[in-house]
Parts: sequence; C-alpha cells; structure tokens
Amino acid sequence: MGRAGRLSTFLLFCPALLWLGLLIVAPLVDMGALSVSERVSSDEFRFGFANYATFFEEPVYWQTFARTAGFAIIVTAATLVVAFPTALYIAKQAKGMGRVALFTLSLLPFWVSELVRTLGWMILLRESGLISGLLQWLGLAQGRVELLYNDGAMLVGLVYGGLLFMLIPLINALDSLDEHLVEAGLDLGGSRWTVMRRIIIPHAMPGIVAGSIVVFMLTIGNFATAVLLGGKNSLWFTQAIYDQFITRFDWPQGAAFGFMLLGLSSVLVWLGLKLTGQSLTRSLQQP
Amino acid sequence: MNPTGLRLVLWRLYVALFYGFLFAPLVVVGVFAFNDSLFPSPPWKGFTLDWFVGHPFGKSGVLTDPDMLGAVLTSIWVAIPVALLSVGVGTANAFLLERRRFWGKAFLSVAMLWPLVIPGVILGISILAFASRIANGLEDMLDTDLDFMRPGLPLVILGQASFIVSIATLVVGARLRKFDRSLEEAALDLGASGGRVLRTVLMPFLRPALIGAFLIAFLMSFENFNTTLMLVGSDSPLPIYMYGQMREGATPAINAISLLLVLATGILAGGAAIASNRRR
Repeated sequence: MGRAGRLSTFLLFCPALLWLGLLIVAPLVDMGALSVSERVSSDEFRFGFANYATFFEEPVYWQTFARTAGFAIIVTAATLVVAFPTALYIAKQAKGMGRVALFTLSLLPFWVSELVRTLGWMILLRESGLISGLLQWLGLAQGRVELLYNDGAMLVGLVYGGLLFMLIPLINALDSLDEHLVEAGLDLGGSRWTVMRRIIIPHAMPGIVAGSIVVFMLTIGNFATAVLLGGKNSLWFTQAIYDQFITRFDWPQGAAFGFMLLGLSSVLVWLGLKLTGQSLTRSLQQP
Repeated sequence: MNPTGLRLVLWRLYVALFYGFLFAPLVVVGVFAFNDSLFPSPPWKGFTLDWFVGHPFGKSGVLTDPDMLGAVLTSIWVAIPVALLSVGVGTANAFLLERRRFWGKAFLSVAMLWPLVIPGVILGISILAFASRIANGLEDMLDTDLDFMRPGLPLVILGQASFIVSIATLVVGARLRKFDRSLEEAALDLGASGGRVLRTVLMPFLRPALIGAFLIAFLMSFENFNTTLMLVGSDSPLPIYMYGQMREGATPAINAISLLLVLATGILAGGAAIASNRRR
C-alpha cells in the first residue's frame, strides 16, 4: 500500500475512532470510574466500592435486580413457548404466498413504536378497558376487573415485545429441517412428542439460543413497557437506574447500577455465543 | 410432517390466535382514536374526527395541540441529523472494513457491533456522565457555559447515533460486499480518475443502501425511547411526550397521533424495504 493508500485508510479510520472512542469506550470507562468513587463530603469523592456495597446491603436494590433478571427469564421462556408453534407453522407447514404473507404480517407490528404498542395493551387491560368489558359481558366477572399495573400485564407486554426477535431466528433454524427425518421418526414408531423432543427441538436449538439471548437482553434493558404496564409495582431495574440518575441525582450510585446491568447483559451475550459457537459478527450480519 | 384432521385445525387455530394477539393492540389504538369520548376506552360513544382536527371536550386534537406538534417537530429535528451522521460514519466504516487491510481489523469489526448489545439506558447514562465531566472541566478552563454538553437535544442526537451508526454500517457494508470490483477496475483502466469512479460507478450502486440506511436510521431515531429518556432536557421528542401523557392518563388524541405515526411508519418502512430490495 502506497503513502496515499495509507493516508486514505487513516482518514477512513477517523470517523470510527471518534465514534467508538468518544461515544462508547470513553463514556463506559468514565461510568466505571464514577461507579467506584464514594462520597466523602458534599463535593469530595475518593476511590472506593461503597456504591457496590450499598447495592448488596439495601434489600430493595438487589431484590429489584434479581426480580428483573428472574422476570426476564420467565419472559424469555414464555416468548419461546408462544412463538414456537407459529414458527414451525411458517417454516414447515405454510407454502407459497401464504408463507410470505404470514412472515410479512409478523414483521409489521414491530416497525411500530414501542409506546404505541404499549398504549394498545393499556387500552385492552385497564379497568375500563376492552378485556374487562368482555369478561363482564360474558358474565365471567361482576363489575370491572383491573388487569393493568401488575406482573401479568408486564409479562404480556414484554412477551409481545420479544416475539419478533424469537420468531425470526426460530424460522431460520427450522427452515433447514429435513421433513423426511420427521417422517422417518414417525414411521419408526416414534410418537409425535418423541419426534418433537428428539428431532425438531434439537434441530431448532441454534435458533432457540439466539432468540432467547436477544429477548433476554431486550427485556432487562426495557423501560417503557415494564414501567407503564407494571405501574408502581413494576420494581424494574432500569427504573432504579433512572431514579438514581435523574430523580435523586446520585450519579455514582446510578453508575454502579448501570454496571450491574451491563455486566448481566454482557455475560449472557458472551455465554450464548459460546454455547452456539457463533461469533457476534456472524450472528448480526445475517439478520 | 403432514398433520391431518383435528391436529391441523388446532394448529391453524393457534396461528390465527397468535396473529390476533399480534394485531389486537394496534387495532384498538386505531379504533379508539375515533371515539367521541374523553377517554381512549370503551364504551363506544360514536365516531368523530375531533381528536385529529378539533377541540373536543375543551381539550386539543392532534393538529390543534401545540405541545404535541412541537414534540413531533422535535423528533424530526433530532432524527435528520442522527440519520445523516449515521449514514456518513456508517459508509466510512463500511469502506474501511470491506476495502482496507490494517492491523486489528477483526477486533474493530466486532467492536463496531458492541453498541447493539449494550442496553440503551446504559448508553444514555454513560454519555450523560461523560459529557458532564468534560463540560465541568472545560467550563472551569474556558470560563464559559457549555450548554450543548448538558442534557438536551445535542446530547440526544449523539446518544442515538452511538448505536444507530452500527446499524448503518451493517446495511451499507452488506451492499458494498456485493459490489463487483471488476467494474471499478474497468473504469480505472478506461482512464477514469478515482473520484470519477466513486461518483459514476460506486455511488449509483450504493444508493439504494444509502437511502435504505437513512430511512431505517430516521425511523430508529424517531422511535427511540431508552437512550433518549436519559439525555433529554426541556424539549421532549414524541416518544418522551407520549410516555408522559400515558402515565397521567391520556385523551384519545394520543391514539390519533399514534395512528398517524403507524401510517407514517408504514410508508417509511415500505420505502426502506423498496430501496434496499432494488438489487441487481
């Protein structure tokens, strides 16, 4: 490469360096530094792990963290169960135009803003809402039923938000399943359940792992759906970070919380990639 | 795998219910935008367009509410620079990764995807804290106020671009990888300058991806909530405004703006799909 080539490579390198350096790496390093500074007096700080100690000492903090992580696991599992039959149908049962139509239809809701989708669930679930009205009309409930502002509402909203990110990797994985294998399994006397467990699910495993990682990551990082549908009872960790940063203005504490969330998310992504033997580059370049 | 009879019927019924679940929230948002009532919920009190254009019940419809229109304008004001910035940096990144060889390239190509696996809330607070630290240092040194480093739209733009650049890099890079380099060599052999080749051969080839990346970036910026929430100052983009309204209990005007948003999103997403599908 000549001198001109090296110069132009350097020039192309600059935007990437500025972007990753100033907007990603330096802010994260700074947040790390902030999280290990403890307050000595009103405007004096020193190095120390007091913010992390507070996290583990205050039950409400680590419980919110544990609840968010546990809730996200439940959401991920529920999303998988809800999406799987539809993914299998699109990948193996639907043909031709029907298949294209079903696939395209499943993409549409996710181009719409998260706030709009959440508004829809609020209208459906609230005390004066559609489902409450339907239950009364059917005679299944006397008087209004409040379905909003509880764990169930959060579960529904978060599963809904995760479906697409589960559906697509599942369809991609199931697409290559050879139908003859399924028939052979049935011919050899396997029950449908055995065929599902021994042939279809193992074949779908890369899709199951990939979809689960993405859904888990999106769920623990979610804010609006969890807080709007869970209300005061949401106890969601991103809300705790927001409270420290914006409401209480305790940035070092908020930074420590941020690192806990980032750690959980990163460990999971890393674990998932190791489990499937995929690289981040490959799994993101083939959406 | 040919389930028959009852099994197939049940499977189809499940798929139908699944799509019902997928579209139910969007349908109710749309329907209740036309309800002649103060609340976006049953009972149905008759059809009205007031929540779009009128002053129902002494409240404002979309087009008569300065706050709401202001939020839409703020979102557009943010989304255009974000999209330009993302496509610009993303295109440079794509050329760097696809066309250049340098030490540490494998690492850099992974690093460019990091922003997509960092929760948006974390991107927001880390940029907020970093910008404040720099502003504090510089203000003492220069003895001036650096308002653009404080929560507000400039920080929102940078915060959103921090991860949308990754997406633009992927979109433009995917197209650039498909380019047949012999076309470029032919043009150079025929005596065209490097700049001319870029203008007349490469750019026309990349254009669909550039337009697609711009539209996707615009849409992602317009709809972003998590990162924006942490960096926003006194001017709220639309998702932040909607969040505030939804917490307080909104009027059907919020349904009306949502419906308009869905329609606009459909047009933009359709445009992006057409632009990125126009491949040879």
